[in-house]
Amino acid sequence: MAKKTYIEAIRETQSAEMQRDPDVFIAGEDVGVMGSAFGQTAGLLKEFGMQRVVDTPISESAIIGLGVGAAAMGLRPILVIDFIDFMAVCMDEVLNQASKLRYMLGGQVKIPLVIRSQIGAGIGAAAQHSQSLEAFFTHMPGMKTVAAATPADVKGLLTAAIRDDNPVLFIEHKTLARFEGEVPENDYVIPFGKADIKRAGSDVTIVSWSAMVHKCLAAAESLSKEGIDAEVIDIRSLIPLDRECILNSVGKTGKLVIVHEAVETSGYGAEIAAMVADQGFDLLDAPIKRVAAPFTPVPFSPVLEKEWVVNEEKIINAVKSLF
Amino acid sequence: MNLTKDQMLNLYETMVKIREFEEKAKELMLGGKLAGFLHLYCGEEAIAAGVCANLNDKDCITSTHRGHGHIIAKGGDINRMMAELHGKATGYCKGKSGSMHIADLDIGIVGANGIVGAGLPIAVGVAFALRYKKMDNVVVAFFGDGASNRGTFHEALNMASVLNLPVVFICENNHFGMSTPQSVHQKIKDISVRGTAYDIPGKTVDGNDVLAVHEAAAEAIGRARKGGGPSLIECKTWRHYGHFIGDPEPYKDPEEQKKWLATDPIPRFAKYLIESNYAIQADLDAIKNSVREKIEAAVRYAQSSPDPLPEDIYSDVYAG
Repeated sequence: MAKKTYIEAIRETQSAEMQRDPDVFIAGEDVGVMGSAFGQTAGLLKEFGMQRVVDTPISESAIIGLGVGAAAMGLRPILVIDFIDFMAVCMDEVLNQASKLRYMLGGQVKIPLVIRSQIGAGIGAAAQHSQSLEAFFTHMPGMKTVAAATPADVKGLLTAAIRDDNPVLFIEHKTLARFEGEVPENDYVIPFGKADIKRAGSDVTIVSWSAMVHKCLAAAESLSKEGIDAEVIDIRSLIPLDRECILNSVGKTGKLVIVHEAVETSGYGAEIAAMVADQGFDLLDAPIKRVAAPFTPVPFSPVLEKEWVVNEEKIINAVKSLF
Repeated sequence: MNLTKDQMLNLYETMVKIREFEEKAKELMLGGKLAGFLHLYCGEEAIAAGVCANLNDKDCITSTHRGHGHIIAKGGDINRMMAELHGKATGYCKGKSGSMHIADLDIGIVGANGIVGAGLPIAVGVAFALRYKKMDNVVVAFFGDGASNRGTFHEALNMASVLNLPVVFICENNHFGMSTPQSVHQKIKDISVRGTAYDIPGKTVDGNDVLAVHEAAAEAIGRARKGGGPSLIECKTWRHYGHFIGDPEPYKDPEEQKKWLATDPIPRFAKYLIESNYAIQADLDAIKNSVREKIEAAVRYAQSSPDPLPEDIYSDVYAG
């Protein structure tokens, strides 16, 4: 194990997979000479050359389209759409092409591509560079969606994503860029659909993903001082979802709080809540609570943005309301 | 370019095969035998035939919602096509596709597409992969005048240009974007001028002249194969029928329709073949009869094929 930042883990995982498999290449805006806005691809152009690290025009549709065509021919593209907000301009390629082709073509093709994209508010980037739109991509049969909260999870999930034979949206969080953590040295793959219990507890289950996991862990520490022992589950993979892990935990605690950064309405928390209500109703001894953003765009002003983003206090209050 | 007699007759046979397939599909649709949408290629046969005659099995195409002609010209199996139109398990896509998304990866048909303009960026990706694997194959992206107004057209041409990829963009200008005449949907008359914007060669040809199409495509495909980058060829043509079967075509001027029908690429090429002593009428009749028999056999194959099973809904969503 060695300590690395979230960004280092992204960069090194891509490099390792490109060394391992000559069919892996990266394409996107600023990925080459610039090394990406946050350094996620720094040094890769020098290491692998222009053929495999492709600086593209600002043409998101053509970037994903390039990936779909290349993947259909057997390559393994990593496509970079820096901010998930920009996925709106290439949604046809994601929704109707990447996600659908295998099914529509009767299984004739595999589309093994990865789209790397960031979610998240917290740096004053306003409503077109701060959204958490992961739920959109959980409504697309054919697509897998994962989100990493730690550098170790970056390595395990991104490695799995690149080796997966399907389109995978790999979600990063911009506020985690410098977050440090221990990362396994050797080959490390986290199978999709396997949640991680980041903190074991017995009184309440808190389910989250991406950067919110850390706020949940902080809230859990505060709650423990008040005698509430919270279990924090990082689902890591939204599609496929580890239902069993969530239901087992709720079976133990009887209480469920779902925390996500996206707006509450039609967020992925609603899917998890519905799943537990359907399959685990008898396990619950309190209503399911969601802690999420208000139904507004992300505001710019640091004062407003701070208020908008879910914080520890909101998580703590939601948990306490169940006792 | 001099074509042999066999090549000439192959072009003719391909065109007739497309026409007969489409007329049969129309009859089946109107007879209530087919579900969904059907966008007929009738009138545009010279383009698919003339272009695809320059391609080998490792070369690739992307196609459109009006794609049957491209699939046939690229060597697609009409039995499996007809079965797909009928939604049968033996269809190209096991009944998951229908008319609009037929593919045959084994012979480079990366897929027709139900989204106008979606094939262009995919074609760029296929070309990227071919070059990545150091193959000397090319990709042809078919699309229409309507698609030339989509952002994907512009993004794909620019991307292919800056990456210098082996793609030939074939614009089938049938003068209507669904119901909207070209004069209403764009100010330019020749879509080929848009190549200039991306510094790639642009050429307009008579899309109802199979030999003109063949020659222009041969040049562009040859250039792409040698690493000379992408080209744009606009083939001016005419959709004999509406956008889809059932379209009442209130937007078509009967005089213009009459004028274009007089340039129907099939009788026109038949006349040329006879006048140039490549064939006599009996040869051409024999081709048509043989094609008709194959189409009838395809219908029998399709209609006697098994339906998919209910559990097939769940297969092929994910690989692995």
